[in-house]
Amino acid sequence: MTERKIRVLVAKPGLDGHDRGAKVVARALRDAGMEVIYTGLRQTPVMIAEAALQEDVDAVGISILSGAHMALVPRVIELLKANGQERVKIFLGGIIPDEDVPTLKQMGVAGIYGPGTSTDDIVRDVREAVVDSLTR
Amino acid sequence: MTVTSSILTGDRLALSRLLTQVENGTAEGRAALNSLFPHTGQAHLIGVTGAPGTGKSSLVNQLALYYRRQTTQRVAIVAVDPTSPFTGGALLGDRVRMRDLSGDPDVFIRSMASRGSLGGLAPATAAMAQVFDAAGYEIIFIETVGAGQAEVDIARLAHTTLVVEAPGFGDDIQAIKAGILEIADILVINKADQPGVENTERALRGMLELAHPVRRAFQHHGKMEIVDTPAQSSESLWIPPILRTIAIQSAGFGELAEAITRHREYLRQSGDWSRRERARLEREVEMLIQDTLATRFRAGIQGTYYAEVLGKVFEHQLSPWEAVKILLNGRQT
Ligand SMILES: Nc1nc2c(ncn2[C@@H]2O[C@H](COP(=O)(O)OP(=O)(O)OP(=O)(O)O)[C@@H](O)[C@H]2O)c(=O)[nH]1
Ligand SMILES: [Mg+2]
Repeated sequence: MTERKIRVLVAKPGLDGHDRGAKVVARALRDAGMEVIYTGLRQTPVMIAEAALQEDVDAVGISILSGAHMALVPRVIELLKANGQERVKIFLGGIIPDEDVPTLKQMGVAGIYGPGTSTDDIVRDVREAVVDSLTR
Repeated sequence: MTVTSSILTGDRLALSRLLTQVENGTAEGRAALNSLFPHTGQAHLIGVTGAPGTGKSSLVNQLALYYRRQTTQRVAIVAVDPTSPFTGGALLGDRVRMRDLSGDPDVFIRSMASRGSLGGLAPATAAMAQVFDAAGYEIIFIETVGAGQAEVDIARLAHTTLVVEAPGFGDDIQAIKAGILEIADILVINKADQPGVENTERALRGMLELAHPVRRAFQHHGKMEIVDTPAQSSESLWIPPILRTIAIQSAGFGELAEAITRHREYLRQSGDWSRRERARLEREVEMLIQDTLATRFRAGIQGTYYAEVLGKVFEHQLSPWEAVKILLNGRQT
């Protein structure tokens, strides 16, 4: 019997820019012993939710630099719920204005990280949130 | 509703969760595999192997698209990527090349980490394929890690094995391992838009002619196994075709799909389909016997006694053979 691995989907929705940040986080999570499914650029919320379903992930990390987070994130949450995956933890990285943070957290986003966040913090938060939801 | 009936009625969340259980080798996963087993044996398992970066994922993406457009068959994809031996983590990136398949409810893509297995598959890949088979996926693609060496495990699991090469990878004859040609049912030169295709094809053809007279002998874990000698099997009559594709331009996939179909027909008509299935199932039973006996043995022996006997081996008082004899016969020192 194998130990249970934490599985995380890392996605980069929207048409903006690069996925450097998403890749850095993906590697950090891998180096922390997790299995990271990387989906690449230009993911729509539908694609993210579909991948999360097929991969049975414990957490989804979304990187958004375009400012479209208030449209994209609720949609992802809604689709995950519709698929019966309300327990999947959502983490958000990118440029998120302070005033949006409380709203996003209230929607159920487990962690929000701006540029310059230490990947150690992200790794720790993901692990804690997932382990917490598994033991409950 | 039981897990089994959820799977059989097409519940995708139940399927996905069961795949996790099976991957983790839980009791729940095993129980479901048992009850799903009567529903397996329908799918065509297609292995896709080849060196890293030759375009395996892009090719699977195109082939799956082709099947979905031309047939009503449902398609599952199991894509294996390596687990880091240092951290136990894995970065599974094959989906990046399969975005065209999203939105199709009859395609299911599952990424898998190799979890310490060295043969290009993960320990639970075969079991995952069985779940997909039971769930009614008629075509199952299995993309291997792509270590670039002879991946015998995939050839044993799959009915049809595609070996993917690319120009630049294969120009150098040395780079084409004879072993990997021996496992190929179909050779694909992807990236045929790149210079050097002719050279690659020539090199492959040359290697193929060398490899084929003896293609049924597999070297596995140091043990030579003759899987099907030509005398019992007409499989040796299948000469692997060499086909060209350009995955980024979706060129060559009609021909490739046709070759896959021909191979399937071939296996069916020659009786090799059922011979392969039998060989695979027999091996699975044998492996389970080994595992089960080992587990039973360990459960029945005292740790201190085991350590004591092992200690004598370390001190060269007992040979390993003698130690095993003693351990299996109980306390007879
Ligand atoms: N020029 C050209 N590039 C291609 C073709 N097919 C794939 N590629 C590119 O080759 C690179 C690797 O493709 P993948 O499909 O990820 O290859 P892979 O064999 O699955 O790679 P690993 O899973 O990492 O071993 C990508 O940048 C593809 O866009 C092709 O037919 N022509
Ligand atoms: Mg790949």
